[in-house]
Amino acid sequence: MSVLVYVENADGKFKKSIFEVVSYAAAIAEQLKTELIAISIGSVGKDELQNLGKFGASKVLNVSNDQLKSFVNQAYASIIAEAAEKEGSKVIVLSNSFSAKGLAPRVAIKLKAGLADSAIDLPEIENDKFLIKKTAFSGKAFATVELISAIKVITLNPNSYQLKETAAAGKVEDFTPKFKESDFRTMITEIVRASDKIALPDAELVVSAGRGMKGPENWAMIEELASLLGAATACSKPVSDAGWRPHEEHVGQTGIAVSPNLYIAIGISGAIQHLAGVSSSKTIVVINKDPEAPFFKVADYGIVGDAFVVVPQLIESVKAYKSIS
Amino acid sequence: MKILVCVSNVPDTTTKITFNGDNTQFNTAGVQYILNPYDEIALARAIELTEGGKGTVTIIHVGEISSEPTIRKALAIGADDAVRINAAARDAYFVAVQIADYARSNDFEMILTGRESIDYNGSQIASMIAELLDIPSISIIKKLEIEGNKANLVREIEGGKEMINVSFPFVASCAEGVAEPKIPNMRGIMSARTKPLIVVEASSVELLVDFKTYAIPAPRGSVTMLAADETEKLIDLLHSKSKVI
Ligand SMILES: Cc1cc2nc3c(=O)[nH]c(=O)nc-3n(C[C@H](O)[C@H](O)[C@H](O)COP(=O)(O)OP(=O)(O)OC[C@H]3O[C@@H](n4cnc5c(N)ncnc54)[C@H](O)[C@@H]3O)c2cc1C
Ligand SMILES: Nc1ncnc2c1ncn2[C@@H]1O[C@H](COP(=O)(O)O)[C@@H](O)[C@H]1O
Repeated sequence: MSVLVYVENADGKFKKSIFEVVSYAAAIAEQLKTELIAISIGSVGKDELQNLGKFGASKVLNVSNDQLKSFVNQAYASIIAEAAEKEGSKVIVLSNSFSAKGLAPRVAIKLKAGLADSAIDLPEIENDKFLIKKTAFSGKAFATVELISAIKVITLNPNSYQLKETAAAGKVEDFTPKFKESDFRTMITEIVRASDKIALPDAELVVSAGRGMKGPENWAMIEELASLLGAATACSKPVSDAGWRPHEEHVGQTGIAVSPNLYIAIGISGAIQHLAGVSSSKTIVVINKDPEAPFFKVADYGIVGDAFVVVPQLIESVKAYKSIS
Repeated sequence: MKILVCVSNVPDTTTKITFNGDNTQFNTAGVQYILNPYDEIALARAIELTEGGKGTVTIIHVGEISSEPTIRKALAIGADDAVRINAAARDAYFVAVQIADYARSNDFEMILTGRESIDYNGSQIASMIAELLDIPSISIIKKLEIEGNKANLVREIEGGKEMINVSFPFVASCAEGVAEPKIPNMRGIMSARTKPLIVVEASSVELLVDFKTYAIPAPRGSVTMLAADETEKLIDLLHSKSKVI
């Protein structure tokens, strides 16, 4: 038996969410009194792979092959399923990234496994029962699902589990899978990455703004505040619908659901559809000129005021804070 | 070109989510159901791609008779015909098996789904269908163009995007950017009543996942209000009290 964790890389590096999922999978392996094996696909350097050991992976299977440099969910799923079979893995864990949404369901079908997506906590394992808590109804609720199948697949939401370092050091082993040619029917022709920006889904801090900003020309202060804090930028739906900001910044029930440590909402009213995607943020700050704005009801800190006055002042306060800390 | 669009019937986005006494079931009393917003995007693109006799759009839904208004809405928007697999959608695997079974005996070049359903948000169904049919799938696309016997898609990735080229058949899950949702016009609404809607009995599927209980997030503590000029204090509280910066 074992637990298998898939470690997705971005340009040969692992993001924090990957160390989170390794820590999480290591805790599951401990619950099940078994070992954690990681599998990496693509080209990742030895040093970076060795880092996984620090978070509890006793062995890292390294699949590096030119054909597998870019992500093809069919091929990657075949490889993960093959590794799971070889290692007798009963639980397979992935970080709930965009790619995982194309990958985890395929792995689950291949292994006839039940899949719990968007997990936010460790499983509760009692006798034969294996229960997982996950988000549902676009963040308006949680559901606890039982995985009944012998093999189980879980995707963990980013920023839901604390990093945990252990003393163990993992060994890296090359793994040569026997994938099929027919697994390569999609071709990536180009990848565009905005490298200077923090990706919203795994951001720990988010500065978000709404229609209260009046127009796209006023976003410079939002971006400045975000960059000073090291935060990602987000927006409400009407803002992206109007083309003031790109769609991928839209958070809420019909946008991205985020759960950062800090969510700053500027000029956003706090409609139920917006709150659905952001209410699991650990700390919420609301800046709005309307004291009756519904967002204040779910905020930790609120400032009633004009964004065009408060935000520049806030920027100065952050600068002052940065200069002393 | 034949396109299959998978649609789900979900609680209206303004719904206050509650559960019954022992928290084992979603409380549907008084809840208004709608066509899942992302599925409207998939449907709109399918209609655009087949307009002018270039193909047909079939709607498929796994659900009970109570969801027929949603299917009729999809027909009113412009789909040609619809299939309802008659069973409560127990979980994603159950739904995917039903849709894959239907698709296997009807040659579709493209199967489109929404990025996720706004109730269960699994984002599971598209890739499950594809895996069951052993065809490619692309999750969370923002663009879909046809070029000869291939399609060019743009997929969202963390902090960027990927351009993908794929040949038919394939499955894709659609997000914003793919198309603007369409509003049914009077003619559409009238013709929707007479468009074919066939009902197929569901096949039995092994239970792998069981939804046990639900919970509502704990309410937040009360809000600390600060004056408009207290931004320095805010930063201090975020640092020393909330410990988030
Ligand atoms: C099917 C459906 C799905 C939806 N999904 C989403 C979703 O996923 N995400 C989402 O965000 N919305 C969603 N919505 C839209 C949602 O209902 C609201 O319309 C939207 O969230 C409002 O955006 P807003 O707060 O930016 O704008 P508004 O509601 O217009 O609010 C603007 C706010 O700015 C404040 N303001 C104005 N000027 C200033 C100033 N100078 N300084 C400070 N404050 C100021 C105002 O007091 C007001 O509170 C959805 C709606 C539907 C029907
Ligand atoms: N009961 C259903 N019948 C048909 N299609 C569905 C059903 N439920 C979900 N889907 C499709 O699968 C997509 C993703 O749903 P989910 O995996 O639940 O997030 C939805 O946007 C729909 O296109």
